[in-house]
Amino acid sequence: MSRISDWYIMGAIALAGLAGPLLLPGLATQIAFLWLMVVFALTWDMLGGRMGYNSFGNIVFFGIGCYAAAVVQRDAGLPYFEALALGLLAGAVCAVLAAVVFGAAMLGIRGHYFAIGTLGLGIAAGEVAAGWDYVGAGSGMALPLYPGELGQRELFFCYSLFALAAICFLCCRAVYATRFGLALNAIRDDHDKADAMGLRTTPIKIFAWALSAFFLALSGGLAANMIGFIDPRDVAFAGATFGVWMVLMAILGGKGTLWGPVLGAFVFHVTQELFWTWLLGWQRVALGLLIVIIVVFFPQGIMGWLAERRARAEAGT
Amino acid sequence: MSVLLDVQNVTKRFGGVVANEEVSLTVKRGEIAGLIGPNGSGKTTLFGSIAGAHAVDGGDILFEGRSIRHLRSAPIARRGLLRTYQQTRIYDDMTCTENMAISAREAQGGLLSLLRPVPRATNARAGDLLGFVGLYEKRDDRAGSLSFGQQKLLEFAMALMNEPKLLLLDEPTAGINPTLINGLIDRLRRANTELGVTLLVIEHNMRVIMNLAHRITCLAHGRVLAEGVPEEVRNDKRVLDAYLGVA
Repeated sequence: MSRISDWYIMGAIALAGLAGPLLLPGLATQIAFLWLMVVFALTWDMLGGRMGYNSFGNIVFFGIGCYAAAVVQRDAGLPYFEALALGLLAGAVCAVLAAVVFGAAMLGIRGHYFAIGTLGLGIAAGEVAAGWDYVGAGSGMALPLYPGELGQRELFFCYSLFALAAICFLCCRAVYATRFGLALNAIRDDHDKADAMGLRTTPIKIFAWALSAFFLALSGGLAANMIGFIDPRDVAFAGATFGVWMVLMAILGGKGTLWGPVLGAFVFHVTQELFWTWLLGWQRVALGLLIVIIVVFFPQGIMGWLAERRARAEAGT
Repeated sequence: MSVLLDVQNVTKRFGGVVANEEVSLTVKRGEIAGLIGPNGSGKTTLFGSIAGAHAVDGGDILFEGRSIRHLRSAPIARRGLLRTYQQTRIYDDMTCTENMAISAREAQGGLLSLLRPVPRATNARAGDLLGFVGLYEKRDDRAGSLSFGQQKLLEFAMALMNEPKLLLLDEPTAGINPTLINGLIDRLRRANTELGVTLLVIEHNMRVIMNLAHRITCLAHGRVLAEGVPEEVRNDKRVLDAYLGVA
């Protein structure tokens, strides 16, 4: 996509993001979830698509964001918005620290072993949270009530998550345009070669994971407040739903591309909402089928499929 | 000429197999040194030992007078010692220009220096060097879409982009169209004279190495068999026996 059309698309999305919730107030929560999905896909793609490290444990950072916000909001004794801001900050700091620690320990592992290792990380985090009384153990945590009027709450979180998704996208866009972006691709294409060329691969990989953890933690804090309740396994460390969707959306849209994860999140979220509306009772079956179709027919994602078609059309003329 | 690389009695074993035994060789600053030997004589293993791909079991390796024996490949590369691979290694899904940009010396810096766009001067230099190896027309193509020979040239250009002091080349002419080999020899020489890169070259093509190298070391069964100027090595009876077998 050329630079100019890039700006047009961003402008159109910004307009839709700002006007959408006002025009369709009944869908505000669904729209908010859409932006959450965009953050999920973009942050997963930083490692999975750009760097070739398929993480199944990114949900950990989302969960840390949920819990950090909930604990700060419970214990800080501040008014709602001050506590929320402090909670988001605390979550981001904790998640970045966790990414640095886990990264130093795990980013030396390559390929499938990294994927399996991170899968364990996500499951372990859920179990720890479910057994820890300080964070409510298995019964989870309830978040404070939003102070505004009825209907304001949905709009607030819809716009907050939209802002987060937009900042995350612009940050990715800026970072991928630097040498750092090239270094990530180099690690993906041939890690040993990157080492042999003298790149500082370990700090590069850790920084990428920390950046992804930062945005995930912020999304976690906002999502926990929007949902109003944290269950350790079904919300915060929901590896089987959110954790898998992150991967799917990025693959569906086209991993390693700028727009792929955004597109994947849109298509996935809309399809999933339609399943819930029209196929109630069968929605999980339909979702499973969708996953199979994505992996079998769109292994390169929608962006990859489009690029292939374009290349074929050019070769044909 | 001062000694740039000093390999002292290096031994490398893989389980029970002794791939290099007490190998010593020196490369002087500014020269083109050759490394030859039959298949399986331990040439590529020696490259790996020098470039930090694996630990050695004995001996020492000095680069510019300092030991690099315990360093890994990345810090060795940052000191100015690079290698290329026999099975060419490039970044497949990136364009040729991107391959070059990320191979520049400044890409070896810390995180803060990486979080900047590629400078225009770097891209210009990438273009120049791609032109130098004859790949300028391919600069926006995916590196993985190039032919094997072109990938080999790209890998060579990437190494030059890094401005190394010493470059280890593992069979630079293997897989290259024979009509292009003379051009490649010329470029290796120019890299040596014009860009000031010292070369240590593994080569199976005798015509190439005899033409190119100032001095040649011959390995056989993991040991140094002979050493000297091309003329001496070519006429050494032990070298002929090692290649052709002794009755």
